[in-house]
Amino acid sequence: MTLRDLDKNIPARVTGFADNNDDLVTRLREIGFAEGDSVEALHFGLFGRNPLSVRLNGALIAMRKAEADAVLIELINA
Amino acid sequence: MLDVVETAKTVRLALLGAPNCGKTSLFNALTGGRAKVANYPGVTVEYRKGEFDLPNSQAVELLDLPGVYGDCGHSMDERVAIDAVRGNLEGERQPDALIFMMDASHITTHLHNVLQAKNYGLPVVLVLNMMDMAARDGIDIDIQQLEAVLGIPVISCVAVRSSGRAHLLDFLSEWTGDVLHGSAALPEPEPLTLKDLQAKARTITGGAVSRIQQAETSTQRIDKIVLHPVMGLLLLLTILFVMFQAVYTWSGPAMSIIEGGIGLLQTAVTAITPDNWVRSLISDGIIAGVGSVIIFLPQIIILFAFILLLEASGYMARAAFLVDTLMAKVGLNGRAFIPLLSSFACAIPGIMAARTIEQERDRLTTILIAPLMTCAARWPVYFLIIGAFIPAKKIGIFSQQGLVAFGLVIVGIVFAMIMAFSFKRTLMKGGKSTLLIELPSYKAPVIKDYLRGLWDRAMIFISRAGRIIMPASVAIWFLASYPANATGIAQTFAGKIGSVIEPLLKPIGFNLEIAISLIPAMAAREVAVSSLATIYALNDTQTDALSGIIAADWTFPTALAFLAWFVFAPQCLSTFAIIKKETNGWKWPLFAFGYLFVLAYAAAGLTYHMARAFGL
Repeated sequence: MTLRDLDKNIPARVTGFADNNDDLVTRLREIGFAEGDSVEALHFGLFGRNPLSVRLNGALIAMRKAEADAVLIELINA
Repeated sequence: MLDVVETAKTVRLALLGAPNCGKTSLFNALTGGRAKVANYPGVTVEYRKGEFDLPNSQAVELLDLPGVYGDCGHSMDERVAIDAVRGNLEGERQPDALIFMMDASHITTHLHNVLQAKNYGLPVVLVLNMMDMAARDGIDIDIQQLEAVLGIPVISCVAVRSSGRAHLLDFLSEWTGDVLHGSAALPEPEPLTLKDLQAKARTITGGAVSRIQQAETSTQRIDKIVLHPVMGLLLLLTILFVMFQAVYTWSGPAMSIIEGGIGLLQTAVTAITPDNWVRSLISDGIIAGVGSVIIFLPQIIILFAFILLLEASGYMARAAFLVDTLMAKVGLNGRAFIPLLSSFACAIPGIMAARTIEQERDRLTTILIAPLMTCAARWPVYFLIIGAFIPAKKIGIFSQQGLVAFGLVIVGIVFAMIMAFSFKRTLMKGGKSTLLIELPSYKAPVIKDYLRGLWDRAMIFISRAGRIIMPASVAIWFLASYPANATGIAQTFAGKIGSVIEPLLKPIGFNLEIAISLIPAMAAREVAVSSLATIYALNDTQTDALSGIIAADWTFPTALAFLAWFVFAPQCLSTFAIIKKETNGWKWPLFAFGYLFVLAYAAAGLTYHMARAFGL
């Protein structure tokens, strides 16, 4: 699953990145996403859960679904 | 002797780091500088330089660079930062050493960025800022261990407090000496991929950083409401609404004082000057013209008091998040919201702030619609017309005048969205818009920086009155006074010039006085007000305030058409000059002027004729 599928307040872990958009992945890594990091979706926009903001190691990052789609995750308690 | 020469040399340091880590706060504190501080990504769109002396009197030249996460330079402002560090910036020497700043609370997320910075081939010191906040959030950082594994000096810091900077200053005193002597250690390069850098950074923070799991931080608690999809949007609307109400209801007393002062000044001038052209120039030209704009200073100050507070507190990036849904609908980048918000102060910094937008098409679209945001120069026009034609009564608890002003702002925003939507589907087709920003923690603004920002804004407003409005007033006074045998405005030079464009403007309800005032208003939009003040001061025998004269002289449809014109206002040469600079050519500034003129003309005409049809 990817970050765009993550429901609110469910702890998850980053497992990797989509391999079809190198530029976006670079930007995601630079802002702080890395394999093994825990993430949690905290806020969604008014329509269609877009944009969303996620908690990442004490930082709060806002993005659109398209960006969230490039972050592969797994649920921690799954 | 050699030592004297060495200490006289200035050391050049650059502040590098992610957005919102406190670079500009530190820069201001050290240099007493006037670079703007704000708490959202992308406010430092150009680098700034400042100078200060260290405790050992070593002179330092400090560069404040735009926030940047990595070393790729995705947007224009990021490329400026990286070019500056690499010494690729035209006319700028490469810095002697780097101060890499990092928000201590975000050390886990950002540490790989300092590993990248080791590759620039310059001495680097890592400054962990906001250590007090990190400690409060239960983050404990082992500085010694961090220094050992990173192989560079690490200094803890609280940039906004002088006690929090003392340690850094002591360190810099010694370190800059080493840097100038060439004896400062160069960091070991880290020739790794981004992925491996992150893995290494995570290992380092795993050892040197311990985090006590906290209950919610205050930022998280506040965000439950502020970022709530419904409550958050309502809050944003409320804030904007209160802002425009406050501009009207709080400014009254101060405006009366200024108005009284202007009246006293004119009386004094009348008393001490003979009744000839000198008196007329000073009283009708300079005082009436400049005074008619200066009177709006209280409103400008209240407006900026809100905008600067929203910027400094960390709310702006959240506003960008909240309105992103709307921005996405018109095909724009979520980040465009921030330049557009700055454009409420002035389109020029707004257009420059569009440099933070990575996609070129989105940047261009944002630049083109930025002039539709209600900038500070439009306020004197709105205030004048609203004050003259809209009764100052209350509807419930709301000021009716404030409601109309709010409505005009909304019309500007709606048209900006419509235009963005059309541009993105025609001229700027293709390309995908993205949003990826960090939402900073809430911060209480540094009072000193906040007041200085407010002071700067007030001074810009006043100095424009001196530089632009005064010469324009004198010019208009001359043109509207001569030839001396003219009876009535139509026979003066101004009247003759105005009558050339009057036929074009008559169909949309504008009279000769308006036609005349719109020409010098190309210099700055508020000059329309000062020009009207001078024209009417010369031609009216009574010494009423401008709003009173206009209320008596203009019809209501004409006033509404004038307001509609200024929602689009194809004026302000500085705006078109900055568009030319930012887009490298004449194409886009001419296009912007063209589309704004067509919209202004159509809107004014439509308003005029509809108002007449409704018998207003």
